[in-house]
Amino acid sequence: MLEVKDLNVYYGAIHALKGVNFEVKQGEIVSLIGANGAGKTTTLHSLSSLLKPKSGSIRFLDRDITGLQPEKIVKAGLVQVPEGRRVFANLTVRDNLILGAFTRTDAAGIAADLEKVYARFPRLKERSRQVSGTLSGGEQQMLAIGRALMARPQLLLLDEPSMGLAPLLVREIFSIIAEINRDGTTILLVEQNAHMALGISHRAYVLETGKFVLSGPSKELAASPEVRKAYLGG
Amino acid sequence: MRILKNFSFLLAVSAVLFGVIEALIILGIVDDYSLQIICAAGINIMVALSLNLISGFTGQLALGHAGFLAMGAYSTGILLLAQVPFPLAILLGALLTALLGFLIGFPALRLRGDYLAIVTLGVGEIIRVLIINLGGLTGGSAGLRNIPGYAQNIMVNNPAAFLWIFPAVAIALALVANLIQSSQGRVLVSIREDEVASQAMGVNIFGMKLMSFTVSAFIAGLAGALYAPFIGYLAPGGFDFLRSVFFVIIVVLGGMGSLTGTILSGLGLTFLQEALRTNAKDWSQAVAGLFGSPTGGTLDLVPMSQVLFGLVLVLLMIFRPEGLLGSYEFRMTKLLRRGQK
Repeated sequence: MLEVKDLNVYYGAIHALKGVNFEVKQGEIVSLIGANGAGKTTTLHSLSSLLKPKSGSIRFLDRDITGLQPEKIVKAGLVQVPEGRRVFANLTVRDNLILGAFTRTDAAGIAADLEKVYARFPRLKERSRQVSGTLSGGEQQMLAIGRALMARPQLLLLDEPSMGLAPLLVREIFSIIAEINRDGTTILLVEQNAHMALGISHRAYVLETGKFVLSGPSKELAASPEVRKAYLGG
Repeated sequence: MRILKNFSFLLAVSAVLFGVIEALIILGIVDDYSLQIICAAGINIMVALSLNLISGFTGQLALGHAGFLAMGAYSTGILLLAQVPFPLAILLGALLTALLGFLIGFPALRLRGDYLAIVTLGVGEIIRVLIINLGGLTGGSAGLRNIPGYAQNIMVNNPAAFLWIFPAVAIALALVANLIQSSQGRVLVSIREDEVASQAMGVNIFGMKLMSFTVSAFIAGLAGALYAPFIGYLAPGGFDFLRSVFFVIIVVLGGMGSLTGTILSGLGLTFLQEALRTNAKDWSQAVAGLFGSPTGGTLDLVPMSQVLFGLVLVLLMIFRPEGLLGSYEFRMTKLLRRGQK
């Protein structure tokens, strides 16, 4: 579904991604794990074209999307939930969700999807007229995910969904992610919380300073001594 | 439906208000001087509405709207002097300003953050300096004189100007209000709230910003176009940076993101500025008297209005940073709903 070949990204003189190769297959949850500054968010931003890669290619659904405008990438079905939730704080929950469907024009489909999101996140329905800046962190994360679902993604990119959330909420968010995946959306997950990420994903890649150092089925990685030592606390 | 209701309400209120003021003019209760200030307030409100669209709702600070006002005013003034028919000259003035806005916005809006503020500030000054230096076309620093007015007879120019300016303010308000309440408006607010998230939702933020900025320039240009035949004489000094700041003050005082606030503060500040100007001489004599100056009246207090506006802004930022009305809007539908309860 998604194929990334030899991706090189620079921030000025800093070589942030050094020839990255990976793929995501239809129906999978794939996680990218790694420490701060490894290049996880850079990878996602390159996929969404928020950053322009210097070289390399990104193919999505058998189509080259390298360097395409961000709005066209969303239209193609590759939608990102940005890091730190980034809800539109002064707009209501409902307006946030409707903005998620910005690229779509089918009013009936949008209304149906809005109900689906409300069914998946009942708390958002309760608060649909509330200004989203007043939601708790967990609710905002749900809103950010719900907003991305409104674009009907084929592939959902999640950037650090656990950031700043209480452990109980993290568990809740991750079970929702697994549910979304079971309902047919492929997911690429970027996480620092390697334990949770390896727990729900099928496969994983380990990033270290701009390069993939390990990859494989999540279960195997979770058991491997290097990963245990570096990311899972021994 | 909600938009339609608000729109028809706006139309009705405008029509009633228009009728009332017209009646007062005919009865002689609103004299020519007050009418002149009402018209000036209308011009200021239009520019402030346009500024609120780009700065208050879209979140892109612009500091050169006096430049757009000048562009509209001079274009129309020059066209009128060249015997171009009246409505065409007004329309062309607004369209040329929109084109200018588009051309400035194209490079400037690609950048994030406060670049637009810097670019618009620069462009506003460039326009003013160009006006001074293109003497053959604009009259240079001596100004553009004898612009044909709304009426042949100069004595009835103000009532004739009012017939144009009031509907234009209503149209500008309806245009901005409808834009804000449409789905496009929600997208503009999403850009103000968070550009990255908006982009991640598939919004072409550059295109939307450019649309907002061009519409803003169009309305400011229309205000300028209406200003030229109203005032009859244009000088570059009236379109300096302080004028741009005055529009920012109107918007900030009324509330970034409140059209109701812009209208109220536009009216209030125009009248306040006029009061300060006309009474400044009396005050300066009083102050000079206090300090025992035998001549009296040597102190120039006209610049005091700037000091006062500055003080108002400082106090506002301390006590009510969201502006007097914040993002509150007066809506008839809200009132009706409350009535039904």
